[in-house]
Amino acid sequence: MLGLGPCNDSSPMDNVLLLGPGASRTRVLVRATIMLLSKVSRGGLWNWNWMLLRQLSTPITRAGYIQRPYGYSYSYSYSYSYTHYLQPLTETKVVRGSIFQKRHHFSTTTTSNASKEGGEKKELISVTFVDKDGVEKHLRVPIGMSMLEAAHENDIELEGACEGSLACSTCHVIVKDMEYYNKLEEPTDEENDMLDLAFGLTETSRLGCQVIAKPELDGIRLAIPAATRNFAVDGYVPKPH
Amino acid sequence: MAIFQARTWLCRSFSTLSSHPLHVCVVGSGPAGFYTAEKMLKAHQEAEVDIIDRLPTPFGLVRSGVAPDHPETKIVINQFSRVARHDRCSFFGNVTLGSSVSLLELRELYHVVVLAYGAESDRELGIPGEDLVGIHSAREFVWWYNGHPDCKNLDPDLKNTDTAVILGQGNVALDIARILLRPATELATTDIASHALAALEESSIRKVYLVGRRGPVQAACTAKELREVLGIKDLCIHLQEADLLKTPKDEEEIKNNRIQRRVYELLSKAATTGPSHPRSGQRELHFVFFRKPDRFLESDEKRGHVSGVHFEKTVLKDVGDGKRIAVGTGKFEDLECGMVLKSIGYKSVPVDGLPFDHQKGVVPNIRGRVLHDTSGDPTLLEEGLYVCGWLKRGPTGIIATNLYCAEETVVSISEDLNLLASKASLPKPGREGLLHLLDNRNVKFVQFSAWEKIDSTETMLGSLKNKPRDKLTTWEELLKVARE
Repeated sequence: MLGLGPCNDSSPMDNVLLLGPGASRTRVLVRATIMLLSKVSRGGLWNWNWMLLRQLSTPITRAGYIQRPYGYSYSYSYSYSYTHYLQPLTETKVVRGSIFQKRHHFSTTTTSNASKEGGEKKELISVTFVDKDGVEKHLRVPIGMSMLEAAHENDIELEGACEGSLACSTCHVIVKDMEYYNKLEEPTDEENDMLDLAFGLTETSRLGCQVIAKPELDGIRLAIPAATRNFAVDGYVPKPH
Repeated sequence: MAIFQARTWLCRSFSTLSSHPLHVCVVGSGPAGFYTAEKMLKAHQEAEVDIIDRLPTPFGLVRSGVAPDHPETKIVINQFSRVARHDRCSFFGNVTLGSSVSLLELRELYHVVVLAYGAESDRELGIPGEDLVGIHSAREFVWWYNGHPDCKNLDPDLKNTDTAVILGQGNVALDIARILLRPATELATTDIASHALAALEESSIRKVYLVGRRGPVQAACTAKELREVLGIKDLCIHLQEADLLKTPKDEEEIKNNRIQRRVYELLSKAATTGPSHPRSGQRELHFVFFRKPDRFLESDEKRGHVSGVHFEKTVLKDVGDGKRIAVGTGKFEDLECGMVLKSIGYKSVPVDGLPFDHQKGVVPNIRGRVLHDTSGDPTLLEEGLYVCGWLKRGPTGIIATNLYCAEETVVSISEDLNLLASKASLPKPGREGLLHLLDNRNVKFVQFSAWEKIDSTETMLGSLKNKPRDKLTTWEELLKVARE
């Protein structure tokens, strides 16, 4: 048993069948199984769910794209997660594990994408993450996705303790260029309250869950702050740099 | 940067140098414990991590400290649950360090022992009358409304008075004020303990004083909590404008500190929007500054019960190094009340065989490595023994603070293991040994799957009352459901 986390009643294969359209199902199923097995055999089920999601979504989305020229099927997995942020904060939803739950959400997003008939392709922007060791990772992020989600979809180590509910500061990112920082909407009071508590706060700091991909942000670079050795406690924030 | 990468490579290669698993025991299943376990599992592919906790329920203060009306703050439980369900991780609830198993025994069973059991005691004021009935520590009161089994029978009297005084102005103080002043109907749909909800529904408390020794510039709370309490419907906020006057030193403090600046701005705004004359029955929240408790006053009608607090007015005095403390002025003032809550800080509890700094209330350590004594000599280390969280840093910070704290401790552990790897490291019994020992002692430990039974029972009971969960609040109930 792989131990699928909060939702043990479905297997990844159920969801492959759900997502994969029509005739390519078998091909998708075989491909997904192979990728899954290779992942498992390499050992280390650590961070399994994001690895798993990526492995599953990549073959599916490519197959899906072939079948549906309008609307990338990246949107199957991505736009579900985005709708999470639109839901009231009082409900505690699990973003990561819930990709394997709430199948009806998939159908609502596909119909909304299906309705965009006639060529409104989901655009992607370039985003570069710089981790705390200085290693850069270049991503293509769909418009409408938050940077926190984009990071998790791409195995970037960005914490998200409250899963995007504006109740923590662990997804703190630093926008590397002031020019891009200024293109972002002003943080709300709620975001600022959380930024108060972020470690290594700078003048271009934002919460990753509140930075949503839009065309103007193409080329944005985000740094993940290094945890300082003499990190301060009790909300004291070191001088911005 | 490269050094860190090399270090990471070295950590992962421990498994190739040793032929047996690395056995790690983490004592305490709050944020410090879980973040440490998560990072150890990640950094060492051969590590088996056991998390023990004296309660049958995991998650520490995330379950018993975070206020019921802050459910988003508890979402981190999802992440911690994933760690507990990891194949190389096991949770052992109802196992107490000191009685179920000693520290010495743990150090014999495991290669690495990390103490992350936090702070389960309180700072004392040390003033006369502190043991009068009606005076509680914030920790006890919070445990009470959060359904901690140790405080189920706290039974605070919320009906004998209309006034409560909270000493302290940190976030815990604000949490308590909010729980006392929020309409009970709003609390009825949270995971607040049923016995607390029942008491609050009958509560006669309408006035709460939040009293600090220093001024609004030094208030320890943060913007989110303050904004929330200032926004409670039908709550009249009282603030003396005179208290808001800033000295040049205050201005300097604010200039360099974003948190304090924003808190001060919120307090100023609250003062200027001013209190309307309270309608009858309307609730009041008073922010009182520059008052230090001198002694507690005893009631004449009800002997042994508190009837008020005798305060000394204070001023801020420079003690060098840019620090200022509150000193008494010799002028006094009384505040009448029927309940006092001391929210002045938690304190850790030492165990046998553990070096402890009684002055600071922490275990002496350097970056998480436990020192032999409080002399500060960095060469005298307790091998294989580490600390994380409040036990390491003192009872301050937010949940996320433990993320960095755990990172530091795990780096120390990894460095030490690399040094060990060059010598032959002995295999240790680890989990097998612990299971054997607990069995011999007839300790009925609670596994994570048993906690999940408690979890689903609470969720089911909660659904009957339109709450996210209805907590089980006695040891008997918890252990009974765990064993089903």
